[in-house]
Amino acid sequence: MDVPGLGQAFAAQLVRDLRLGFRHIGQAANPLVFFVMVTTLFPLALSPSPQLLAAIAPGVVWVSALLASLLAAESLFRQDVEDGTMEQLALSPQPLSLLLLAKTTAHWLMTGLPLVIMAPVVGHALFLPGEAVPTTMAALALATPTLSLVGGMMAALTVGLRRGGGLLSLLILPVVMPVLIFGARATDMASGGMETSGVLSLLAALMLLALSLSPLAMAAAMRISLD
Amino acid sequence: MTESWKDARFEASGLELWRGDRRLFTRLDFATGSGELLHITGANGTGKTSLLRVICGLTLPETGEVRWRGQAVARSRADFHAELTYVGHRESLKADLSAVENLSFELGLRRELGADDMQDALETVGLARATDVPVRSLSAGQKRRVALARCLLTAAPLWILDEPYTNLDVAGRELVDALMTQHLQGGGQVLLVAHQNHGVRQSGTRTLEMS
Repeated sequence: MDVPGLGQAFAAQLVRDLRLGFRHIGQAANPLVFFVMVTTLFPLALSPSPQLLAAIAPGVVWVSALLASLLAAESLFRQDVEDGTMEQLALSPQPLSLLLLAKTTAHWLMTGLPLVIMAPVVGHALFLPGEAVPTTMAALALATPTLSLVGGMMAALTVGLRRGGGLLSLLILPVVMPVLIFGARATDMASGGMETSGVLSLLAALMLLALSLSPLAMAAAMRISLD
Repeated sequence: MTESWKDARFEASGLELWRGDRRLFTRLDFATGSGELLHITGANGTGKTSLLRVICGLTLPETGEVRWRGQAVARSRADFHAELTYVGHRESLKADLSAVENLSFELGLRRELGADDMQDALETVGLARATDVPVRSLSAGQKRRVALARCLLTAAPLWILDEPYTNLDVAGRELVDALMTQHLQGGGQVLLVAHQNHGVRQSGTRTLEMS
């Protein structure tokens, strides 16, 4: 039997997930709301002094982005496993790794990309120097896919558990530490006027590593979770 | 298409599955060919659904092998999955999408649909007027019918049905029987788990009692 090609299957899965996401826009916007909320709480809790805020801005932005993506990872596969549609994906003639990669891509478009777009606003609110904003956006654009992919891998592993929430954060956090370190460093260096291409390259390398390995790991983990 | 269904043969040999420290079944052998229906029955908790999951390849058995067209399924999963359709005891539908959206997505992963295929299938299962509402607002029996439409549209030789009669009214149960009969006459094969007796009246149906 002629099975539709990989590109078609990827697109179909992506479109379905985006459509579902937009029907529950409130839920999809949760990580973004969290990101904005946490970053605006710092000036209120610490002090509105521009010097202090500019000094802590890189750390605040990156820790909030990381926590927002942790929050998002939990919902990545859970619904599909609960309503049984994941079984049908696992029984389709298409590679499960491809379909899960498409799901993760849709998830990133709805939860990761908004963080990148919101970064200038948040940066401005924290008195981040204007010249650091483009670098921060570039770094976030490279880092959030890694966060989504690692999150997807761990979510696939824990989705079979009834209360995997706490475990999920414990699994994700150690793995994404390099992303946090390089990301915050990139913003920090850019606000000091330093050359950041090295750090950005490292973030890009991490993303490519996650992109090439995590689909296979996600599929293997999902088959175990469905067993 | 039906031509290639004739020599398709499903075989399971020496299947054994444990759940925790409980053995669900052991040394289970059976096979079906074109035009044959295997009705798997047994009391609750005897491992019927687990058996179907092993057959599909969702669960790996401790020992034994499942073969499709003479090939071990574990080694040619995509080929096998292209030729089966599975109705689990959940309908596997997205509650926020309509029946048509659900089905066109799933079929989009499997094959090209003709222009009228979708409408025809939904009419056959008696859902012609409920195609655009979200599946959430369909009744349990209507959801079952959507799952049956998926079976039809997949155009796969091997149907694996887990309690297809659940939630269906009398007409719905007759529909399931009619669809299975039609499928068998067309050279397909059916593995059916059901508590009640099926109404397929033709040769080539057998029963496997699990205990």
